[in-house]
Amino acid sequence: MTSTPTPPIASEDSLTTQGASGGPRPVKKLSRLEKRAIAAKGKLSSPWASGIAILLAILWTVPTVGLLVTSFRPQIDILSSGWWTTLRDPEFTLSNYEQALYGSSANLATYFVNSIVITLPAVVIPITLALLASYAFAWIDFKGRSILFVAVFALQIVPIQITLIPLLRQYVQWDIAGTFWTVWLSHSIFALPLAIFLLHNFMKDIPPSLVEAARVDGAGHVKIFFRVLLPLLVPAIASFAIFQFLWVWNDLLVGLTFANPDSRPLTVAVADLAGSRGGDWHLLTAGAFISMIVPLVVFLALQRYFVRGLLAGSVKG
Amino acid sequence: MDWWKYADTPLEKFGLMFLAIALFVIVMGVILVAVDRPKRVPRWLVTLGFVGPALLFITFGLVIPGVRTIYQSFFDNRSVEFIGFDNYVQAFTQDQFQIVLRNTAIWVIVVPVAATIIGLIYAVLVDRTRFEKLAKALIFIPMAISMVGASIIWKFVYEFRPDQGNIQQIGLLNQVVVWLGFEPQQFLIGQPANTFFLIAVMIWIQTGFAMTILSAAIKAIPDDIVEAARLDGLKGVQMFRFITVPSIRPALIVVLTTIAMGTLKVFDIVRTMTGGQFGTSVVANEFYTQSFRMNNIGLGAALAVILFVLVIPLVIYNVRQLRISEEIR
Repeated sequence: MTSTPTPPIASEDSLTTQGASGGPRPVKKLSRLEKRAIAAKGKLSSPWASGIAILLAILWTVPTVGLLVTSFRPQIDILSSGWWTTLRDPEFTLSNYEQALYGSSANLATYFVNSIVITLPAVVIPITLALLASYAFAWIDFKGRSILFVAVFALQIVPIQITLIPLLRQYVQWDIAGTFWTVWLSHSIFALPLAIFLLHNFMKDIPPSLVEAARVDGAGHVKIFFRVLLPLLVPAIASFAIFQFLWVWNDLLVGLTFANPDSRPLTVAVADLAGSRGGDWHLLTAGAFISMIVPLVVFLALQRYFVRGLLAGSVKG
Repeated sequence: MDWWKYADTPLEKFGLMFLAIALFVIVMGVILVAVDRPKRVPRWLVTLGFVGPALLFITFGLVIPGVRTIYQSFFDNRSVEFIGFDNYVQAFTQDQFQIVLRNTAIWVIVVPVAATIIGLIYAVLVDRTRFEKLAKALIFIPMAISMVGASIIWKFVYEFRPDQGNIQQIGLLNQVVVWLGFEPQQFLIGQPANTFFLIAVMIWIQTGFAMTILSAAIKAIPDDIVEAARLDGLKGVQMFRFITVPSIRPALIVVLTTIAMGTLKVFDIVRTMTGGQFGTSVVANEFYTQSFRMNNIGLGAALAVILFVLVIPLVIYNVRQLRISEEIR
């Protein structure tokens, strides 16, 4: 699962900019990659190929654009004509968002806060725990290490469904059911196997000589972890953090199971809206976009890390 | 003393959040400081300090509940009476659940295959073109949004208005159907096609993932192979068929199995778009319905176990393929 190659990502930027300069190139020996880029350019000049590519790009974009445009149209317009007619007589309003955020039927502002409150600890806690555990798996020699690691690795595939009811019962027994604490705890637990596995892979890539040198200097494991490894792992941590952030923010099942009506996240509230007020497209479109805006911004700003995380371990489901 | 359990105002909620993080940092800090004495603390204690908390979480939250659920799946819906395999028999023989199993099978086959094919074609088409970055981002964006959001986006695309008088279609797909001169359809209600309209949403989400992984794999194909093939006169489709696809075979398998595993557990789309009605339910959704709506704990547990068992062959296949490809290297 880790054998997916990572290195090409770094060269991506240099490649994409090369094609842009169509003019006469300075006379010099072309690098291999440049040659390949030129050779590949012929491909898209085939009208069929570019036609298919453009068609796919449109198919993948138009539904989202439709939602976005609709969310700004007045309620009456939404129900009487398609969003693609907006160009004829454009009329936009923010009242859908106002109603979705603060109206009594949706009140998504509350759940927006909940989503933030749920997500931050649910990212920080599993990453910290996983960092420590993966350090031990990578650099502390202890008995039963490989068996434990394989066990943790294998637990990645356990569908969280199988844990929900007994966990919920336990929370009820402790009298904390429905609180944020259960949501934080559950998200942290479910994230751990993948987090340990991924971070362990990054940890292993660090040259042993660095760790050895620190050890010779008399540093204990805690010092080695903080002084030597942590600074080198920042990009890996960022990759996983974004991954986990999007996973928690977009999660429905955990929120639905463990949160109560006061602590539930945006996804649960919006899904509820879709079930109970399925025809209220002014609320639904605005609500859906409110729930999408944060992950979209995070994704667009940090795409590079996200892709790296995806390539490093593509197993979470 | 319930203030730490329930928070009402945003301020209280954020306060609670920072309290939780602070508590966590303090506990972990104490553990680490305690084991940070290389000479005096025995090594097993240091090890425990590092792996202990994570293992505790995993044991408490994954291992024990998992075993309990397996145990419960052999009991009746009140978890009192032992009934052997009755829940499983029910899940495999009743008509209602056979539809669920059939749908799950369709999902698990169609989504990975379609998403991988589309992702691969797109990755090849935009590879090293001027618009590569933008083109990829467009396909990739659905990965970033929630399945709930995606479901609403597509529910709106499928929206139906009866075909009478001045009523205009507001769903894009039905408008296209009308433009083409046909009657508008209730896409989410007509069986069995509705399952495929739900599947389209998952394909829409997963294609970006397939494309990203496969695109990286394509870029990693060694230059000399491509060069040699070109000298041999391979072009376009031939190059794709004989060089690209075989070279990225391991990545293809990872993508197929990963998407299949994700698809097996998909629940958000079905729940948001149809609620599992009109014969669209899948195992993951049925698990939720039985466990939390119908209070059929035993049957719900059996469905969860079935979900777990279905994942295993996929993982074994995945691991075995990885091993083979590593041996070749």
